[in-house]
Parts: sequence; C-alpha cells; structure tokens
Amino acid sequence: MRVARVIPCLDVDAGRVVKGVNFVDIRDAGDPVELAARYDSQGADELVFLDITASSDHRDTTVAMARAVADEVFIPFTIGGGIRTLDDGRRLLRAGADKVSVNTAAVRRPELVREISREFGSQCCVVAVDARSSPEAPSGYEVFTHGGRTRTGIDCLEWVTSAERLGAGEILLTSMDRDGTKEGFELNLTSMVSEAVGVPVIASGGVGTLDHLVEGVTEGKADAVLAASIFHYGEHTIAEAKTRMAEAGITVRPA
Amino acid sequence: MTGRPLVAILDYGIGNLHSAQKGFEHAGADARLTADRGLIDAADGVVLPGVGAFAPCMAALGRTGLDDATCEVVASGRPFMGICVGMQVLFAGSDEAPGTPGLGVFDREVRWIPGPVKRPQMQWNVLDRRLDHPMLAGLDDPVWAYFVHSLAPETGDGADVVATCDYGGPVVAAVARDNVWAAQFHPEKSSRVGLRILANFVAAAGAAGAG
Repeated sequence: MRVARVIPCLDVDAGRVVKGVNFVDIRDAGDPVELAARYDSQGADELVFLDITASSDHRDTTVAMARAVADEVFIPFTIGGGIRTLDDGRRLLRAGADKVSVNTAAVRRPELVREISREFGSQCCVVAVDARSSPEAPSGYEVFTHGGRTRTGIDCLEWVTSAERLGAGEILLTSMDRDGTKEGFELNLTSMVSEAVGVPVIASGGVGTLDHLVEGVTEGKADAVLAASIFHYGEHTIAEAKTRMAEAGITVRPA
Repeated sequence: MTGRPLVAILDYGIGNLHSAQKGFEHAGADARLTADRGLIDAADGVVLPGVGAFAPCMAALGRTGLDDATCEVVASGRPFMGICVGMQVLFAGSDEAPGTPGLGVFDREVRWIPGPVKRPQMQWNVLDRRLDHPMLAGLDDPVWAYFVHSLAPETGDGADVVATCDYGGPVVAAVARDNVWAAQFHPEKSSRVGLRILANFVAAAGAAGAG
C-alpha cells in the first residue's frame, strides 16, 4: 500500500515561524512548537521547517528549536536551509530533527550528501532541488540554488539521479516556476523526477487548491505533497486536504 | 521512588535518541539514555533504538559492550523493546550487511523489502494484527504507524509476528516473544498511536518491576 503524505512547510527565522500561521485560538503564531503540535493534532504526516535565517550567528537558535519541537511533537520533521557542512547537519539531527535537507551546499559539494547519509543513514538525508524550466537543459529543467536565484547549468534529472546515488533518501522537489503562483505543481517535472528515482519524492511549489494536492500524487506521481500558504492562512485544514485526496482514490492516513 | 517505571534507552552513539527518550517520558516512564551497566541492570524495562544501517549499529553495540548487555536483558526476562534497526539487530543477520552477524535473539534473517516499490518505505502504514498482543492494546483499528526502512525481518513460521503492513505484500512490522517486543516502525514518531504503544511497554515494565 502506498500512502501519500501531506506535509505543511513552515518558514523559520531565528527560531521563530514567520509568514504568519493563522490558526484560530493560537497563542503565539510564531512558536514552532505550538504550531507543530497543532499540525500534528490536525493530522499532518510530517513537518518541514525551512530555516530562512540570513545570519549564521543564529544557527544555535535553529538547533534549540529542533530540540524544543522534538521534546513535544511526535511526528517526523525535517529541517532545511543553510546546512553547509556535515557538522551543521549533525547538530540538528542530534537535537532531534529526523531529517535534514540540503540544497545549495550539496550542489556545490555533492560529497556532503554521502557524508550525511553515511553517518546517519540515507533516511536522514533529504536533497532539496529547486528546478526551473530551461530549454538548454537536456531534461528541460535546470537546477537553481540560493533560493532559486542562481543558475547552475546543471540538468535537474542528472542531479537527482546522482543525488540518489550519493545516498539521498528522499528528494524535495520545488518548481521555481510555480512556487508562490498558486497555479498547482509543475506536474511534468514532478512525474519525470518521481519516475527517475527509486527514493520518495516530495512535490513542492505552486499549491493553491486541494485539487492541486490530488494532481501532485495522481499525475505527478509524488509520494508526498508539501504546501504552506493554503494551510497556514486557514484556507484549508489538513483534514480537508486528506478528505479530498481520499475522494480522488488516493490512500492517506485519515486526519 | 518516583512511581514511574525506569526505562533504560541504550545509548551506543548512534543517531537521534532524543525523540525516543522524550516519547517514553510522555508515556509515563522515567526514561534515561544510558550505556551504564548499573543503570541498565536496575531498569524495569530496556529499549534498544537504532537508525541508519545494520553494520554500523552492530559495530557500535560491540564497541560499547551493549551487545552483551542486550543479550543479558533478553535472557533475564525483563521487558525489552527494539525499535527500527534496534529491532533488526535482534535477528541473525541482514541482507544489508552480509557477513555481519546480528544478536540472534530471533533465528532468521532481515531481507530487502522485495518488489517494485520505493525503498525506503518512508510513510505511514496500517498495522495488520497477526497476534493479540499487549503491544497494541487499547488501539482501535486501523492502527497507523510511521515507517522508515528498506529491509524487514523474514516472517518465519509467523508465531512471533505481532503485525505486518502491506507494502508490495506483507512486510513484518512488529514481532514479540516472551519479554521481547520489537517494532520496525517508529512508535516515537507515530503521534498518539505511537505514544500509546510506548505506554503499553511502560506498563509492562512497571508490572515486571513491581513483581
């Protein structure tokens, strides 16, 4: 049985959740622990925290946050953003994160993927890939880094398959063409990557409706779907998402 | 006396044990991460967690002497629980590490999950009960648990298989024999269901400690 996962993504700056999460009765909309617990009770399957902290001085805050979340919340969570070295990853995993996701640093130095997966197992190592359509890339998609600002000239398909070889346990695939548009996942990109790798793929970027989540699994063939704003701003609950997915014939863990 | 059963979580330097400790605390235990033999001997229940790969886990158990400690606890009759790779090392060996013997508590092998499925299985899945066992007491079907694994123990004659899950066919999800419980899934990551499973173990530890 293949069971699709629904994963809310929270942006974190210096240990605080930013871009507001709009739950009813929330005491502190910036508290990662309270929000994580809320999403757990709503039926989220996992959580992703994306650390957008600009200054590396605040890395300790992110480690403390990982510990605080792990103390109180008993579903898996991933932390990504700004992980440059094995030691960065080690500190987060030891603090209680289940997985770390690497992006720019892994493109720059692919060996990082091997180092993390060797020490902690490939299940701990998510490779986040930001892709944008590009006629020059053989697969039609090129890898971008630095939050989608920097071209790499690397073909997306080539990178995900080598990331898997290096020990990635999961691919978090974001379409930079769709991110923030609410037009839905880039399904062509998603299905291409899902079929090319033997590890699970999380689709990301572009979710605006519940049907987009459905399409990510049925047409995009993703193993998990990630979204931020539709959940945070109270447009939809996790339960509504799962109900819609189940109605479409997708197996989900009921909320 | 705290009244909370003492659960020793074997700390052999592998991965993230923080969640396991916190999970057992939430489940009512005085849970300690330890490699100290005195504390392990004093514990009402002992837990062997494990993440990553079979061979590094076995090597770390050997380095810390916790391989022998595990076998002694198993033989002592005190409640014992293996989780994920901490379950797999209780078996005789693994496809993942040919030539590296396991602890042999269960006399069969751990195999790659067969078939055209994604490995690892990284998802929630339903536990199909095969035995009526206290591990899953108080839980209504369907029982959903979180799995992250590419290998699983052989079924054997099935006499010790508490539950399987369906992942391209039946995959062993939990086994138990006498005082030994073992879960392929992560109860400490399985939300309310998982905390109940941990509480069931804490209750067994408490009952054994009181007896």
